[in-house]
Amino acid sequence: MSIQAEPVAEPEAERRSVRPVVRYRNICKSFGELEVLKGVDLDILPGEKVAVIGPSGSGKTTLGRLLMTLEEPTSGTIEVDGELLWHMEKRGKLVRANEKHLHRMRSKIGMVFQHFNLFPHMTILRNVTEAPIRVLGMQREEAERSALEMLDKVGLADKRDNYPSQLSGGQKQRVAIARALVMNPQVMVFDEVTSALDPELVGEVLAVIKEIAADGKMAMLLITHEMDFARDVADRVIFIADGRIVEQGPPSRIFSQPESERLQSFLSRFRAGYRAER
Amino acid sequence: MTLQLLLYGTLLAAVLSFVFGLARLSRFAAVRGTASVLVELIRGTSLIVQLFWIYYALPHLGIELPKLPAAVIAIGVNYGAYGSEIVRSAILAVPKGQREAAIALNFNSYQRMRYIIVPQALLRMLPPFGNLQVELLKGTALAYFIGLGEVFYRTMTQLNYYLYLLVPIFAGLLVIYFALSQLVLLFYRWAERRLAAGRM
Amino acid sequence: MDELIAALLRGLWTTVQATFGAFALACVLGLIFAMLRRVRIKWIAVPIAWLIEFIRTTPLVVQAVFMWMALPRLIGMPLPALTVGILALGLHYSTYLSEVYRSGIEGVPRGQWEAAVALNFSPAQKWLRIILPQAIPPVLPVMGNYLIVMFKEVPVLMAITLGEMLLAANSYIASTFADGIVPYSLVALFFLAVSYPSSLLVRLMERRLNRQRGA
Repeated sequence: MSIQAEPVAEPEAERRSVRPVVRYRNICKSFGELEVLKGVDLDILPGEKVAVIGPSGSGKTTLGRLLMTLEEPTSGTIEVDGELLWHMEKRGKLVRANEKHLHRMRSKIGMVFQHFNLFPHMTILRNVTEAPIRVLGMQREEAERSALEMLDKVGLADKRDNYPSQLSGGQKQRVAIARALVMNPQVMVFDEVTSALDPELVGEVLAVIKEIAADGKMAMLLITHEMDFARDVADRVIFIADGRIVEQGPPSRIFSQPESERLQSFLSRFRAGYRAER
Repeated sequence: MTLQLLLYGTLLAAVLSFVFGLARLSRFAAVRGTASVLVELIRGTSLIVQLFWIYYALPHLGIELPKLPAAVIAIGVNYGAYGSEIVRSAILAVPKGQREAAIALNFNSYQRMRYIIVPQALLRMLPPFGNLQVELLKGTALAYFIGLGEVFYRTMTQLNYYLYLLVPIFAGLLVIYFALSQLVLLFYRWAERRLAAGRM
Repeated sequence: MDELIAALLRGLWTTVQATFGAFALACVLGLIFAMLRRVRIKWIAVPIAWLIEFIRTTPLVVQAVFMWMALPRLIGMPLPALTVGILALGLHYSTYLSEVYRSGIEGVPRGQWEAAVALNFSPAQKWLRIILPQAIPPVLPVMGNYLIVMFKEVPVLMAITLGEMLLAANSYIASTFADGIVPYSLVALFFLAVSYPSSLLVRLMERRLNRQRGA
């Protein structure tokens, strides 16, 4: 079963009085025979930055994808902003949500992908304005204004008329971040967003994410391998292994005083790897 | 007349390619199944058999069609069925991540297809469509069998007066088809270049 | 009705004969074309390429009628429709098969060519023992598909009076004043009955071949 964070002192008392923006309740997900998530409970508070770390296959990416409605939970519920994501009430009973409900809920969630997934047939500007225009019904001028603002924030306003194929990986990912941000979600999933980048390009993306985190209002689910980054940005770190949350807590404790053996061995492999690289 | 057949036939075939192609990708098994069965039926018989059936057999079921519509329908349906496979595989070839990005940005499924998936699939569809178009052009010659006045038919009906010029006439006829098909291929190559400008 | 079926079956037999004859011709001619295109002498390879393109993109029916009318004149003696039909159909589809051969040949890994040189094979040995045996099996399913396509195209040869199924249906209708619906529907059914199972066989063959090669 999952381990809830132990109530410690004030911060936790505060936690309990603010409604979480995301609540995973006993989430299980299987792909055919393969059980990927085995009963996960997780709360994310508004504006909270939660880093998710763990070995490959632990289910951390699936956790993010479930929230973004790219996968359906096998059992359990997810609440977003107080409402059930995958379920709705029909005549007093709980049924699987229909597309209309999902569409409405999805507007609160955004995602940045490991492989960027920019639209290759559109310019950078259009990549960022397309969703606001088509989905949010914005007027073109307004969408362009807000897109340019966002592109400026990630440092790529001058590339507005270029195509994705003309950009480096780091640039593409920054555009992807702008594209997701401009939809103004309450919570954003960052799914291993630097894993597909050449090492020298990772820094620019992490810098952008740090800035966004500092802005405050949006909750972030950061699925990552970059431990230093998690330590810098996250309010809380979740360690998942074998489909369950094994340990969680503030980065200051998780990285320096891991309690569980599993986490200890995971981190030591990382440190060894890091040392070997440096 | 050949050009008319080409034009109308292509229009119908293009529409049906998308209809059948998208139908075969539908979430609903019934739609998928029906479309697949229809496509297999059409691909299992040749254009000429279908043409005869539409023009000579349908009247006995109450639908009597004049020559041009019959030929256009036969051509459109036949090449539409083959085109559906082109559409289907081009759409399937668009990377999965594009669909996911579109979902993440909350596009509905129509918007997803219209703005994200199909524009990317279109470029991939062009080369095979070019070849199909040439086949369609060749298919127009079969309208000869139902007496429609396209270029082959007219040549044949006049032939008896010019038998001594047999070789040049046929050579000329073949050259006409060849020239048309090269133009078609050039058009598709131009379309490919335009669509790919900058982006891929 | 029995007469109709009998006539159609006779037509089917003619169709089958035409198909296999033409396919054999196309296989041989296609290979010749494919090899000619690879010849390094430009003024052979390029005109051949254009010739192939010309035959491929012009209608079979026009080519067939042309040959039907011109060939007997050329060689001074009458030719049966089946012969001309096989020649025309075979020639037309040899262009498609030459493309198929080409892709098969290009699919053979570079190293094979180099090994052949290293072991000092003569060109003939190289082709017969090394390249073609590797080039052809992967493309057999595609060739199988063309066999099916050719089968369905045979009725076009009705224009040169070849006694295949569609012509048989026409003759039946003309002589018995029957409705077109039954004969033509039967023709369609016959074609389906042959081509659909055949295409399933081809797909099966393809799957078997892929498994063998560990794809």
